[in-house]
Amino acid sequence: MLSASLSMLPAAIINGLMYGAIYALVALGLTLIYGVLHIINFAHGAMLMLALYAAFFLFKLVQIDPYISIFIVTPIAFMFGYVIYRYGIGVLSKGKDQNILLITLGLSIIIENSALFFFSGDQQTVSLSYGFEAFDLGFMYLSYPKVISFFAALVICALLWALMSLTDLGRAIRAVAKERQGARLVGINVEHIFAVTFGIGIACLGAAGCMMLPIFYVDPYTGNIFVLVAFTIVVLGGMGSVLGALLGGFIIGITESVGGLLLGESLGQIGISLIFILILIFKPTGLFGSKV
Amino acid sequence: MMALNRQVILLLLSAIILAFVPAFITSKFYIDVLTLIFFTAYIGQSWNILGGYAGQFSFGGVMFFGTGAYASSILLTSFGIPPIFGIIVAIFAGALLGFIVGYMSFRSGLKGSYFALITLAFAELLRVLANSVEFTGGGVGLFLTFAPGLSNLQFKTPIGFYYFAFLLMVISILIALWLERSRFGAQLVAIRENEEAAEALGINTLKCKIYAIMIMGAMGGAAGTFYAQKYLYLDPPIAYSIHLSVEMLLVTIVGGMGTVFGPLIGAFVLHIVNEIARHLIDTPGLSLIVYGVILIVIISYLPNGLIGMFKKKMNKSKPTALKNFFSGDKDA
Repeated sequence: MLSASLSMLPAAIINGLMYGAIYALVALGLTLIYGVLHIINFAHGAMLMLALYAAFFLFKLVQIDPYISIFIVTPIAFMFGYVIYRYGIGVLSKGKDQNILLITLGLSIIIENSALFFFSGDQQTVSLSYGFEAFDLGFMYLSYPKVISFFAALVICALLWALMSLTDLGRAIRAVAKERQGARLVGINVEHIFAVTFGIGIACLGAAGCMMLPIFYVDPYTGNIFVLVAFTIVVLGGMGSVLGALLGGFIIGITESVGGLLLGESLGQIGISLIFILILIFKPTGLFGSKV
Repeated sequence: MMALNRQVILLLLSAIILAFVPAFITSKFYIDVLTLIFFTAYIGQSWNILGGYAGQFSFGGVMFFGTGAYASSILLTSFGIPPIFGIIVAIFAGALLGFIVGYMSFRSGLKGSYFALITLAFAELLRVLANSVEFTGGGVGLFLTFAPGLSNLQFKTPIGFYYFAFLLMVISILIALWLERSRFGAQLVAIRENEEAAEALGINTLKCKIYAIMIMGAMGGAAGTFYAQKYLYLDPPIAYSIHLSVEMLLVTIVGGMGTVFGPLIGAFVLHIVNEIARHLIDTPGLSLIVYGVILIVIISYLPNGLIGMFKKKMNKSKPTALKNFFSGDKDA
């Protein structure tokens, strides 16, 4: 039994890496928002679910491949995030940490149940023509969608890194994250930057949703599954750390698939909440401090 | 003293009215709705003690409920111990879990959003555990039998459960009243308002917060037994559902955090909204959408909840009478 499990270990690790890249993308949005705005977006999972539905309907109604949908859903997600922060969360929260947590909780309840109301509770999946084709690695088969999603997620992480470090916008975002009064004094429109950052964070979800659709199913509660995953990655990597989110994503992806292999499908899920609790208790700064 | 008398009289009056409700209302539907309102008010009050008075918001309050429900149900199904003893074990199990969670997270200095999230993770951890081990019945769940009798905490008619929930609700109000008047309650409020200052005044904040979460846990444990004996079925998604965690904070925030009657008023309002929404359009999700909107509106515009709204009006017109009642005598 154990030796059988061990022989499947490399496959589990590679699978975990594939999922980890996508988790990292989800967590990247969360950690970016936290790093700059210092708010915890509890509606992150619900917004991811919306992105999955967007990709699903684009496929079902107009037959757009989910990987092409990335170019449609991501900008829409950005605008959604921008508007919802600028005219929603930002106005309503009045700056209190727990208020924002509760407002985004309220938002997640609204989004989740609107999805239930309009799209029903049925699980939806897409079947792509190449969905069942796979690379033969000798010791395992790796499906095309997993590989495409893995590389697409890495490309988007790299783009985000480039945006943050090489452009004026990225400089402005980092300035606001470090010292918002100072940024205001040198003429940066802080409210605009906040909303842009929130928009970028949600845009990450837009892209992640499109990449996840060929691999996962979507229903109104999908977000719940990923919200704790994303928070775990973010506290593991260190709140606000981009590199931390990427590494945290891989660690959690591998933990999940190896945990599932060794402990069974049901108990295997325990790894994520256990890591979350242990990190918060013993090393709340995570693996990589808390710099953006 | 004057205000105290008034408050006690009003409390007794409403208690007497609610106690005699089943004599006038015979519809099973209304009795069930009222039972559910009392149950929600009770579990909301448990959240209120840690969240409202001590200012430590939890997103995983359901963990005490689920643990208590499993404790008494397993004692009953596996060992034949009647729930009237089981509920005591459930109370202790909830308090013990409260101690463990409180000790681990408060000692490491977790507060605010981090505390809220770690309670969520604990609830999730317990859900996965309950799903994976044998003695909880795993994913299949536990089926209880209906055998009315006081030792089983089950009753022939819905009216019996009505009084059971009513009793729980009254006890929770008494606990909150005690908090309002005790040194311990004042210490919790001091922690909520400014923890460093409270510490500087010599309050053992760690101990106080752990006591508060233990009270919450004990109350949640009893709620679990009530639920299991009434609905006769338990599985991990029910026992550790995020929905109940949200509901207990929702009724408290809507009614008014850190007040004696906030959770009860919030429970009344939200259940009535729920019934109306269900009556208008019976599609799943709608009433919860309304809940979400109410939560955001209350947080943004009425941070002291519905009670706070009354209080503001009272301040303008009649300064003392009802204000003291609603504010639980805080500033008298």
